[in-house]
Amino acid sequence: MNLLSYNAQWVLLSTLLLGMAAGSVGVLAYWKRQSLMSDTLSHAALPGVVIGFMIMGSKQLPVMLLAAAVSAYFGAWLVQSIRNSSRVKEDAAMGIVLSVFFGLGIMLLTFANRMPGGGQSGLDHFIFGQAAAMVRSDVTWMAIVAAVVLVVILLLFKEWKVSLFDASFAQGLGLSVRAMNSLYTALLVLVIVIGIQAVGVILIAALMIIPAVSARYWTDSFAKMLILSALFGGGAGLIGTLISTLGKGLPTGPFIVVSASAMFFISLLFGASKGLLVVRYYRKRAKGSGQKAIMAGGVTEGGRG
Amino acid sequence: MERVSNMNEAIVVNRLSAAYRKTEVLSQVSFTVKPGTLTSIVGPNGAGKSTLIKSMLELHPRTAGEVSFLGQPYQKAKKKIGYVPQRGSVDWDFPTDALDVVLMGLYGKIGWLKLPRKSDREQAMEALRSMGMEQYANRQISQLSGGQQQRVFLARALVQDAELYFLDEPLAGVDAATERIIMDTLQQLKNRGRTVMVVHHDLQTVEDYYDHVLLLNRTVVAHGPTDEVFTAEQLHRTYGGALRWMREKV
Repeated sequence: MNLLSYNAQWVLLSTLLLGMAAGSVGVLAYWKRQSLMSDTLSHAALPGVVIGFMIMGSKQLPVMLLAAAVSAYFGAWLVQSIRNSSRVKEDAAMGIVLSVFFGLGIMLLTFANRMPGGGQSGLDHFIFGQAAAMVRSDVTWMAIVAAVVLVVILLLFKEWKVSLFDASFAQGLGLSVRAMNSLYTALLVLVIVIGIQAVGVILIAALMIIPAVSARYWTDSFAKMLILSALFGGGAGLIGTLISTLGKGLPTGPFIVVSASAMFFISLLFGASKGLLVVRYYRKRAKGSGQKAIMAGGVTEGGRG
Repeated sequence: MERVSNMNEAIVVNRLSAAYRKTEVLSQVSFTVKPGTLTSIVGPNGAGKSTLIKSMLELHPRTAGEVSFLGQPYQKAKKKIGYVPQRGSVDWDFPTDALDVVLMGLYGKIGWLKLPRKSDREQAMEALRSMGMEQYANRQISQLSGGQQQRVFLARALVQDAELYFLDEPLAGVDAATERIIMDTLQQLKNRGRTVMVVHHDLQTVEDYYDHVLLLNRTVVAHGPTDEVFTAEQLHRTYGGALRWMREKV
């Protein structure tokens, strides 16, 4: 069997780590009820990527990613200030920021593509992602940052739990919820920034949302949900990248998302805690054997498998 | 009300005001609470009862005023304060069990970045037991009844071993058994010298449950020992004409 090249192995490892980081951050977003925020911020990163390119005149990744982070942060700030200073609700604010920034990004992209060297720069890859286009240093950075994100989430496990479940109580314990929120936004932006090259600005959010939602079907423990979501995300990153390297010029992002979606449908059906089959099984059993089973079914249905 | 005497008061609130957006909901609220008392905060809907607690505990911004707890500002005193928010303020679908929620009360003591130890678990279990909840320790919180959820919340506050307790409508929507357990627990806290303030809705039970009453309607209408303050006249001033139960009492 033809083993993958050394470089391809590196790419695989890095998308695995990226998927794990995205899956973990996704769980935080899920319980903050801010899954869509990741989508907003990733779209908001596009103008930054292109502006970074235009400033440097060539594809200098560090500058472009820095600009992407600034741009995404600016998007996050805008969502906050629109929400706080007007009657516009958060979901509408996110919709505004997402579409305006993405439109701006695409517009800038057409200009950039007409610049000398722009057409061959592979800027388009930032939209749908192209893991194969990454060079060794990109891959290394991606792996390091993803690992840092994972470590931060694991170290602060209990702090995330209490601040996500009951922010006022966490505040009373002396935990700065504001600091936790800033850290969360920072992790979100980091994952987006390292992910846009491999997965693309449009689909990176899916790598955060889908694994978390899938994990919810399997467990009723926050810790297990984090671990499962990380595994699902990592698995999707790995499998999607693997498939996209099979053919020439296949974009990585869509295959990663398709892999994640497959895991979602399996979870939806077979999930041990809330999967449709399990729920149906306990409903049926409850109907069959009277009051006692109804109580047991009630417990299991929403919760303990 | 001078600074010197603050040391003898459990809680001193001085001219506190708070607003939602531009609407003022609390105006110039001032009162002092003696240690070892059990006070109910009573007033009509929209009187600012929850906002009062939240703005005292810096969970809602104050537009004016100072608050001190055992002679200290909130930031210095917060380790001595236990807060039981309204049950509806959290998402009970969150994936965790009763014991885990109670353990959260110990997070400050355990220390950040560290994980709970066996002794912490035992302590949390003990608090659940005192609430009659030990058999539900590993039950998902979404599978608990309203009364059981409230008992978990109170157990979480108990393990904090605070000096001052603030509870926001702990009896809302709970069963009779839970109501008794909660009120017995609050009474015990009081007997152990702790100071407890409770947002309370049911006027019929105020006299049985609390030794002090704070009548609130955007500002303090009356405050003091229950037998002095909880009168038809004061209640009428607090609620306006909207209080039918009053007539029966008069």
